[in-house]
Amino acid sequence: MTDARTFSSPLDLQSVRADFPILSRELAGGYPLVYLDSANSSQKPLQVVQAIEDHYLKHNANVARAMHQLGAEATAAYEGGRDKVAAFIGAPSRDEIVFTKNASEALNLAAHTLGASLKPGDVVVVSEMEHHSNIVPWQLACERTGATLKWFGVTEDGRLDLSNIDELLTEQTKVVALTWVSNALGTINPITDIAAKAHAVGATVVVDASQAVPQFPVDVSTLGADLLAFTGHKVVGPTGIGVLWGRYDLLASLPPFLGGGEMIEIVRMTGSTYAAPPARFEAGTPPIAQAVGLGAAVDYLSGIGMDKIAAHEHAIVEYALEGLKTVPGLTILGPTDAENHGGAISFALDGVHPHDVSTVLDTRGIAVRAGHHCARPVHERFGMQSSTRASFYLYTTPEEIDALVDGLGFVRSYFKVD
Amino acid sequence: MQLDSLYQEIILDHYRTPHHAGLADPYDVEVHHVNPSCGDEVTLRVELDGDTVTAVTHQSVGCSISQAATSVMSDLVIGKPVAEGMATYEKFLELMQGRGNVEPDEEVLEDGVAFAGVAQFPARVKCALLGWSAWRDATAQALAANEGAKNA
Repeated sequence: MTDARTFSSPLDLQSVRADFPILSRELAGGYPLVYLDSANSSQKPLQVVQAIEDHYLKHNANVARAMHQLGAEATAAYEGGRDKVAAFIGAPSRDEIVFTKNASEALNLAAHTLGASLKPGDVVVVSEMEHHSNIVPWQLACERTGATLKWFGVTEDGRLDLSNIDELLTEQTKVVALTWVSNALGTINPITDIAAKAHAVGATVVVDASQAVPQFPVDVSTLGADLLAFTGHKVVGPTGIGVLWGRYDLLASLPPFLGGGEMIEIVRMTGSTYAAPPARFEAGTPPIAQAVGLGAAVDYLSGIGMDKIAAHEHAIVEYALEGLKTVPGLTILGPTDAENHGGAISFALDGVHPHDVSTVLDTRGIAVRAGHHCARPVHERFGMQSSTRASFYLYTTPEEIDALVDGLGFVRSYFKVD
Repeated sequence: MQLDSLYQEIILDHYRTPHHAGLADPYDVEVHHVNPSCGDEVTLRVELDGDTVTAVTHQSVGCSISQAATSVMSDLVIGKPVAEGMATYEKFLELMQGRGNVEPDEEVLEDGVAFAGVAQFPARVKCALLGWSAWRDATAQALAANEGAKNA
């Protein structure tokens, strides 16, 4: 059994958890909820839910095109969300923040607009540890344009294999699209170093930061990325809103993605001209209340302090890795030390399929994810079809990790794998 | 959520020693089905003699429920007319979608009644149906091919 003395967090977990009413829920059988699926979707604090409620109940109207008082309030609230997100990730300008419906749409936006200038002979580089959202849009872009998709492999210990970086990054390489933190392995990749090499050959660097922005302080002004995507619902914000940050001069050079209202300058039947970023990429009524909620979410995280949240994640990952290593027959997928390890740990348990692991844990109130976590290629890399994943956030306690470790012992005895 | 109602001994037996596992020759049609959301995969071969199912073999990666359901499904359809197998599927589907309110017919479903508890775990219903969907697809293709051969 793990020892609580080895755990130390800068967060007051009791007061953090009080902000998340769902965490005190009881599930079937009287078990308290042990929510270890935050890499899938995080829970929401009262402050976020109340901001959305307040918006809908007092300020609701469409943005920009509504010329009345409520329209002005809704516009201010929506654009206020943009200001908060820009500040949260260190964007030099609010106009570099494009709201999408999720990270997948943000990455598709990147692949479509960058893809418009790809041609046969060009190369797009991704990695074997990407989420499907950062593989498939590039496969589609390559199919449309005749460009070639190449990828970084993954080492035996779950790190990005950079041994052939000079073969992958050449004059032909136009785009390098990489995840910052692997959603399956938890690996944190050295984005700044890779971005410098990609820029040296003239490639544009796209970063999937879906698992990074929730977990540690992000400063896009020094990262080295040209475009960066993340989603609202993983940063204690609502579903239905994602973010694409881009260097303004790059965004300004890109063609539109979706056509519709608000993304235009002048529409004539013979052709149209387009608005400047970010409006160029926000066709139609945007996720207004969601932007308000996302603004409240990043305010909430900033109030607690992203440096403290990162330190807590590190401590809980270290504690969880120690605990999981005590379970017989358990193999951790990816890095087994907490260094450069994000807040998700995937594992296999000898003799029990991940779906069965998750169902048995679920009957004890423990919510984990089982499957390929939308990262099938990296599972194939390790000869696995699927895995069980436990993922953590600012509200995760060492007691919940203990419950997981105990639960896995019960899974083993239930399936008689001893 | 009663764990033992999901993991009946019969299910665990079929999981540990699945019937008709391992792809065999000869066969008419081979299909490969996946549950994209979870990654379970089954490769399944069907051989028909006229309208009768003479052989079903399979190879799969997946959880206890999907593997055991494929094993039980094979037992239920082999040696039977295709129409009877399809009718059994309808009964099994009704049980799976019944949220625990459907009384299973042991005459028809045999070991399949052990899956009654799965209906109370909505996330696992698709596991129990994967092998069935592969068999229905392969059988429909085999029937169509036989029909085509007759008319050629």
